[in-house]
Amino acid sequence: MTAPAIELKGISKAFGPVQANKDISISVQPGTIHGIIGENGAGKSTLMSILYGFYKADAGEIFIKGQKTQIPDSQHAIKAGIGMVFQHFKLVENFTVLENIILGAEDGAMLTTSLGKARKELKHLADEYGLNVDPDAVIENLSVGHQQRVEILKALYRKAEILILDEPTGVLTPAEADQLFRILDRLREEGKTIILITHKLREIMDTTDTVSVMRRGEMTATVKTSETSPEELAELMVGRKVLLRVDKVPATPGKTVLDVKGLRVVDEKGVERVKGIDLTVRAGEILGIAGVAGNGQSELLEVLGGFADGTGVITMNGTEIPLTGQGADGRARRDAGISHVPEDRQREGLIMEYSAWENTVFGYHRDKDHQSGILMDNAGIQAEAQEKMDRFDVRPPNPKLAAKNFSGGNQQKIVLAREIERNPDLLLIGQPTRGVDIGAIEFIHQQVVNLRDQGKAILLVSVELDEIMSLSDRIAVMFDGHIMGERDPAQTNERELGLLMAGITDTSAVTNGASEEALNDG
Amino acid sequence: MDKMPKWADIVLIPVISLLLAAFFSSLVILAIGESPVEAFKLMVDGALMRSAGWGYTLYYATNFMFTGLAVAVAFHARLFNIGGEGQAMIAGLGVALVCLYIPWPHWSLAILGASVGAALFGALWALIPAYLQARRGSHIVITTIMFNFIAAALLNYVLVELLRPVGAMDPASAKFPAGTHLPTFQDMFSTESSKMFRGAPANVTFFLALAACVFVWLLIWRTRLGYEIRAFGQSETAAKYAGISPVRITVIAMLISGALAGMMAVNTTMGESERLILNATEGAGFIGIAVALMGRNHPLGVCVAAILFGFLYQGGAELALWTNIPRELIVVIQALVILFTGALDNMVREPIEKLFIAMRRRNA
Repeated sequence: MTAPAIELKGISKAFGPVQANKDISISVQPGTIHGIIGENGAGKSTLMSILYGFYKADAGEIFIKGQKTQIPDSQHAIKAGIGMVFQHFKLVENFTVLENIILGAEDGAMLTTSLGKARKELKHLADEYGLNVDPDAVIENLSVGHQQRVEILKALYRKAEILILDEPTGVLTPAEADQLFRILDRLREEGKTIILITHKLREIMDTTDTVSVMRRGEMTATVKTSETSPEELAELMVGRKVLLRVDKVPATPGKTVLDVKGLRVVDEKGVERVKGIDLTVRAGEILGIAGVAGNGQSELLEVLGGFADGTGVITMNGTEIPLTGQGADGRARRDAGISHVPEDRQREGLIMEYSAWENTVFGYHRDKDHQSGILMDNAGIQAEAQEKMDRFDVRPPNPKLAAKNFSGGNQQKIVLAREIERNPDLLLIGQPTRGVDIGAIEFIHQQVVNLRDQGKAILLVSVELDEIMSLSDRIAVMFDGHIMGERDPAQTNERELGLLMAGITDTSAVTNGASEEALNDG
Repeated sequence: MDKMPKWADIVLIPVISLLLAAFFSSLVILAIGESPVEAFKLMVDGALMRSAGWGYTLYYATNFMFTGLAVAVAFHARLFNIGGEGQAMIAGLGVALVCLYIPWPHWSLAILGASVGAALFGALWALIPAYLQARRGSHIVITTIMFNFIAAALLNYVLVELLRPVGAMDPASAKFPAGTHLPTFQDMFSTESSKMFRGAPANVTFFLALAACVFVWLLIWRTRLGYEIRAFGQSETAAKYAGISPVRITVIAMLISGALAGMMAVNTTMGESERLILNATEGAGFIGIAVALMGRNHPLGVCVAAILFGFLYQGGAELALWTNIPRELIVVIQALVILFTGALDNMVREPIEKLFIAMRRRNA
């Protein structure tokens, strides 16, 4: 057997009192795709940051191709043949592809020579791995999928033999993700070693050869992908049995609660993000909006939630609500019976520095029952917060702790508790489980379905197709500010939705095979 | 989890910072051939060992409390109001108008009237930068600084051309009538047998400043408005989500800030000079920034920091009077205090945090 491409032995790393990595050992065979899966905060990113020289491990050894290697910084990592593709790309937006690729790897003071050399090399890489990108395109004009290719090219240009990808599909359409995995396959065939970090079980099952599971800073298992199942992996990640499917009965929709007609939204830069959409949400149903991030879903939620302006006609329970000026703010929306779990809980839904109890009234802090005289009824709010936190199983159940000290899933539970407990007519909910651990996902999905069963209208926006498929009673797909079509989740499949998400409305080819597809999935 | 106990954050770190500032100040004093020990003794003697010294220290502290609170309130909304100086100058005009043109029967009524005048004028002077920030996005730091200069020029014009009594040589208003004279600490605390606070300018406004500290504490941590101000300061997008109007909060926070800065004019113009003079503010508006920084934008911290800076001010004056240490050096010492307590906060904080974490781990 050849020496492993990477071998870590007994890696430990603590941040203050938090043990992020505990005695981790892992061995990655060359020419394989090795998945690392785990919940947020399980220590995946810390481990990779140690491998890439961002952090120094407190203890442990790193072997590259059997050689013991010190990686004090990323320069050493690159020299050792490690390339990293971050979740958030590290590209200069207004540089061309070529300029980005040589950035930090220029030969000498004059750029022309290195640019020329890079152009040749790039052509060679494109032919070898099918990584086609126009070398003279400016980054900001490229699609997200192509930007990611540039990141991969950057690593390959630096002679990377080992490629680490951190949550690479978070921003991609299903089609783009498929392309990415084809590229990774090609890279594997050419003998490169790939480490894929993700929290998506399906990606692991589809693409990897071996998978390591992390939980609370420890490596709980390393198994051959062909010998495991999603259920087993989920259990290894969470430490208990997890329900991967949402339990729900068919919806019994009632009267129309929200009616949107001809909604247009222009953002601050003057770009039209929502280009005239119509939709309705009825009581007792979940309308899921699918789409790749950045196709106008966020703006749709912002206008409905009252913190962005729009034009068009929106009626709520039969009454038109204003979209600009006075009466178009978050308070007025709440008064109209709209609750909102925003897409970005850390920037919108919560004040991170505020304690949990202060956050449980955020947006409702002007309600009469939270006042005592001219002061706020802090004692009352605290007591109520404690009850809510117990009911929603927020851990730790300490209302005085600042929001930033809770995990993503528990932060989301705080927001959810606040918005659901108000008994709204309509719940807007954006990316309900982004950055939320599997155990909490189950809980959050159940809460949303329960609310539906109580006869509330729910508008769900998510980039996770699985989530849309399993929660929604109807699915609308957004692309470039338009709604491309509406589908019944029982009569569609991921490929059809994927085409709609890419702006292709002619989906007859895939719908014909839908039943067959569904059989295969089951 | 917090990285260290609260007491370390509130007490230990400022004390270490102060000791560092004192150490470097000593080096500077040594460098010009004076004795740091002597200098420190003189400062303490002059500012704290006699009641008259306290009378000056607390007079300055009153100014710094108002301007420090002003900066702190704005800062909770993430607005950096460095226009306290200008707001206090214009507020002086408000105080003068109230004192000169309304016949007050008693000082207790006059101080209420003057407070309203000061707060109103100070708030108005903050309103324009606030509006420009909220509606036009003009940066509040730039506009408030510019408004300091406009205030100085305006005050100069008003004093020379409008308020100066006929025949008077200096640019100052007429003396305020006797009904507006505020009781000084000397008036309040002296007994037949012993004169206290002899000649010192500290006056009843000091208690107004203490009341302002309580008011700000209630406002920021116990009211809806304070909740909204802090929320807006932490995250504007979150504030919008919650239906908090950024325009409204920006304007209101700056109005309160301007009013607080303006209140200091009650102390200087009504309590001390008893007429409106040029440069009554003596840079207190800027010291307020340091006071707020050191006091961590908390009213109690501001109160303590204001007294410390009052001590530095008064002790510095004593030094200039009795030694060859030039007055400019006092500014150096003040600057060192600001540098260590404010700007270099993290230099002290990080090692101490590490120390506490290491200790905790050893105990665990």
